[in-house]
Amino acid sequence: MSPLPPKKDYIGAMTPMPVKASCAISVRNLRVKYGEREILHGVNFDVPAGETMVILGGSGSGKSTLLRTLVGLERPSSGEIYIMGKEFANISEDERDELRKGIGMSFQSGALFGSMTVGENVALPLQEHTDLDPSTIEIMVRLKLDQVGLSGFENYMPAQLSGGMKKRAAIARALSMDPQVLFFDEPSAGLDPIIAAGIDELILKLKRAFKMSIVVVTHELASAFLIADRMIVLDKGVIVADATTEEMKNSTQPRVRQFLDRVPEPEVTGEIDYLQMLTGDIPPIRQ
Amino acid sequence: MAFTDSIGAATIDGLAYVGGLARLTGGAAKAVFISPFQGKRFHMSRAIHQAMAVGVEALPITSLISFFIGAILAVNAAYELRKFGALHLVASAVAVSMTRELGPLMTAVVVIGRSGSSFAAEIGTMKVNEEIDAMETMALEPISFLVAPKFLAMILMVPCLTAWADFMGVLGGGAFGLAAASFTWGSYIQATLEALIAHDILTGLLKAMFFGLVITAVGCQEGFSTGLGSEQVGRSTTSAVVKSIFAVVMVDLVSTTIFYLTAPR
Repeated sequence: MSPLPPKKDYIGAMTPMPVKASCAISVRNLRVKYGEREILHGVNFDVPAGETMVILGGSGSGKSTLLRTLVGLERPSSGEIYIMGKEFANISEDERDELRKGIGMSFQSGALFGSMTVGENVALPLQEHTDLDPSTIEIMVRLKLDQVGLSGFENYMPAQLSGGMKKRAAIARALSMDPQVLFFDEPSAGLDPIIAAGIDELILKLKRAFKMSIVVVTHELASAFLIADRMIVLDKGVIVADATTEEMKNSTQPRVRQFLDRVPEPEVTGEIDYLQMLTGDIPPIRQ
Repeated sequence: MAFTDSIGAATIDGLAYVGGLARLTGGAAKAVFISPFQGKRFHMSRAIHQAMAVGVEALPITSLISFFIGAILAVNAAYELRKFGALHLVASAVAVSMTRELGPLMTAVVVIGRSGSSFAAEIGTMKVNEEIDAMETMALEPISFLVAPKFLAMILMVPCLTAWADFMGVLGGGAFGLAAASFTWGSYIQATLEALIAHDILTGLLKAMFFGLVITAVGCQEGFSTGLGSEQVGRSTTSAVVKSIFAVVMVDLVSTTIFYLTAPR
């Protein structure tokens, strides 16, 4: 694991890294604010093409904000995002829509359109962005549903599907435009361990079969270690670790160890702890 | 100081809200009237589906309410007119009131209850379920996909419903005229036609089109501004109904004034 640089350098505000051409995603000095409150404090990382990057972090760490910014649902206050080498953060809405056709996103809830059948959900991006005739689209929909193990469910309404099936249908929809980059928000949240393992298997299968670059936001450690090539750990809007899966397992970084070893936040017991909590400095972890 | 601050803040909020409505309406109008000529797809099948829901499915309740409103108008007009021995003017009172004001207004109230609230609930639920976000990540423009079909359906169907409501109101008035004011159907319709001028009917229908536009904008705007959590959908729906009624009355006041000032004398 590469040694962690000092905090001011690590968060990237002072020393931006160069953008690598071989990366599917490069994020540089990314800052995101909600009103006056800054959520991401200058984030830097790369997702090499064809690899799976898992973004770990506790509640309120900024990982969902990071994902929403990566797919263009939030505008950063400053910084750059490069997707397949093209700037994504500071471009017009039309240019952004053009780039979005090359990415897929699977939401935590599935976010399938409730008024459409599963088949219509998967067909929608193809109908909107291609000139394919209806019979070709129908074949492609069957193919995509087959890839996620939902053959024969074209005419079901989303409300008729189980949680795991909804996630699979959402993945089929995300795959419909054959994206180069796929984003997942909490893919196994709310699922029983067997169904969650099935979703993990599906993500691995997609990566192997289509050489996709995948970004997954999760706090499910077992799932993260199974599917990830690299991981970053976010804490209070700052990346505290960026490493391969093996390196992350052996990390000695206190915040990473606390997260991986599931150590609860220490209670505020004294004046120094209280001041550290107010200033955002990390108090020492008590064993 | 605090009082003036709150007035200033409320004014800014109000202007921002109207700005939001204008942005939504402008976006929908562009998607309907301009974008198809720039090679972008307009969702005509969704517009037809909306037109059925907004217009055709609202016919029974609109007919019933307008018939009764026409009858009530006739009763109230007769109450005053009989003092002057002018019961024969009931038909013209009903015809002018229905076509100029009550037809468009009552239709708008029905449409707000049926469609404006449903727009807010539909879009609000989609917002809560991340469907709007999903749409954006798929490079689908929510305004052209969700709002534009509703916009077209409403500006076409609300005037159509209003024309039907006018007719049913006249029938309601006629029912009273036959029962209590010595009219025959022939004489009632004759009196109605003599009382009406094209300006009355056209201004009523034009107002109805504006009402359709405002109801769409408010319903969709409330849907898009739904917060997190399912209880927020209910709140947006209620807010859409209240704000739509207020907006329709405001548009009615302004348009009626303009029509009065520009009417042939």
